[in-house]
Amino acid sequence: MDGALQQKREKRFAANLVARFSRGHFAHASPITLALAALALAFAAISFLIGPAHLGAGELFSGLFASHGTSTIIAREIRLPRALLALVVGAALGASGAALQGLFRNPLADPGVTGVTSSAGFGAVIAMYFGFAAINPIVLPASAIAGALATSTILYFLSRSGAERTALILAGAAIASLATAMTALAMSLAPNPYAITEMVRWMMGSLKDCTLADLALATPPVALGIVILMASARSLDALTLGEEAAQSLGVDVHGERRRVVIGVALATGAATAAAGAVSFVGLVVPHLLRPFYGYEPARLIWPSALGGAVLVSAADIAVRLIAPDGQLLVGVMTAMIGAPFFIWLILRMRRET
Amino acid sequence: MSAVLSFDRVSAGYRGRVVLNDVSVAIEPGRVTGLVGPNGAGKTTLLRVALGLLEASQGEVCVLDRALRDWSREARARAIAYLPQNADAHWPVEAQRLVALGRMPHRTPFAPLSPEDTTAVDKALARCDAAQFVARRMDELSAGERARVLLARALATEAPILLVDEPAAHLDPVHQLRLMELLQEEAAQGAAVIVTLHDLALASRFCDEIVVLQSGRIVSQGVANVALSDRVLASAFGVTALKASALAQEQLPIIPWQRL
Repeated sequence: MDGALQQKREKRFAANLVARFSRGHFAHASPITLALAALALAFAAISFLIGPAHLGAGELFSGLFASHGTSTIIAREIRLPRALLALVVGAALGASGAALQGLFRNPLADPGVTGVTSSAGFGAVIAMYFGFAAINPIVLPASAIAGALATSTILYFLSRSGAERTALILAGAAIASLATAMTALAMSLAPNPYAITEMVRWMMGSLKDCTLADLALATPPVALGIVILMASARSLDALTLGEEAAQSLGVDVHGERRRVVIGVALATGAATAAAGAVSFVGLVVPHLLRPFYGYEPARLIWPSALGGAVLVSAADIAVRLIAPDGQLLVGVMTAMIGAPFFIWLILRMRRET
Repeated sequence: MSAVLSFDRVSAGYRGRVVLNDVSVAIEPGRVTGLVGPNGAGKTTLLRVALGLLEASQGEVCVLDRALRDWSREARARAIAYLPQNADAHWPVEAQRLVALGRMPHRTPFAPLSPEDTTAVDKALARCDAAQFVARRMDELSAGERARVLLARALATEAPILLVDEPAAHLDPVHQLRLMELLQEEAAQGAAVIVTLHDLALASRFCDEIVVLQSGRIVSQGVANVALSDRVLASAFGVTALKASALAQEQLPIIPWQRL
């Protein structure tokens, strides 16, 4: 009798506790997620409104729905793809960074730092300047995804053979420089006379001059990649306990690594094919958002996608405000924010250990 | 009582190096079995084979009367809980959320915690004297407190078999004693508890049965003073032991004995 009562009391206590905590969590997280979504849309709208052509908001919005005219061309073919592609690219990089950090249990992991974006850029450049992309538009993103996949697979095998987290990042940095060098080589050898002048764009990343076709090619693989990453999120939580403990909890760790590698390759590859190698987004965004989501890798992926969209949109707005002539590339902006942040992270990690 | 975990002439190793050699042992429920042996004797490897993390090259492992290889990943995870050596949390998540990971084998993906899950989590936290940490982040806890939360994570699975690898290594005396008591309590509730230990004083005092491994073979097995005879201590560990009864008053070593 007493035992039953005790149990009942314990149960009620437990129920209350959990209710309080889950409320607490949502009170924390949900408004932030909503705010990120709202902010992403707001930045996309601002991005749509600014550009070298002086057009008012009314003109632009009516241009979106008109059938012809200058404002229609500018709204539909220049402003809209650029604004939306910033969201897509940012979401891809943010989600990829969150997933890589969760998989490698390493806050320094990011598609840029680990060389995944530069390899994707290399893949894209090969397809673009040696005529393969002319065969079919799909070849460009496919080739970038293949480049991303090659590097993330190398990282997968390195981590599988027990590479320490700093070692993994150093290996990634080596791959990144190699891929950048190979990109430069490919562009020097390319039969296309404009290749060299466009090199910076591929290496730094830029949303300038992107088209609706770029957007249409990038969006499906990015969406698929993010869905794959979200689907594998649960296992990332278990990896918080280490690989063997995760396996003892029934997680197929090797399968999980493969899924993350494929998800990251799809998202980052397609994003890079459209915008070049935009770096540090996947590093900064998950790190800033992590405390708001209880440091849990699974809950972080979707907010990181939104946060990435916010950051890339904001950076793309900033470059146009700072240099209206279009000389400043969005990747320069993210690197100028991201690289000092990366160094700060390393210093902080050293202090902690 | 019949064994819940049995090894029948099991050999296993890494890349041709044989670590476990023809090991046969049966683990019974309701008891704490201490796995002792010098470094590299194969204690952790034995646990890894039991978990299916490493495949036996020879012999057969049976879990609850079924061959290990016939178990699905999820079902096996419900049957055997594991606390690895030097376990720690890689992200500073809240203690309660960490312990809830122990319920993963019971949960359907993306579903919230069921009432049974939350009960199990709270019970495990309470058993490990960690209920007051529920809302604390792992990096706000001391090493001893973290160890308790991590043990609670393993207990939250409520598996009939509990494997614990060298849990006492980084704990202060009072928490070592509490930990061993906890493992005894788990066993008293019917679980089969297997714990690897370097501390022979703890092992001999708290384990119902001791299994001594040396170079991948079981060299002795039984209650503490039988399994850890002078002969075994000399051959397996290369030490002689002072047995407390043989000591003169002024020689008494200081061994943390009881919790206050």
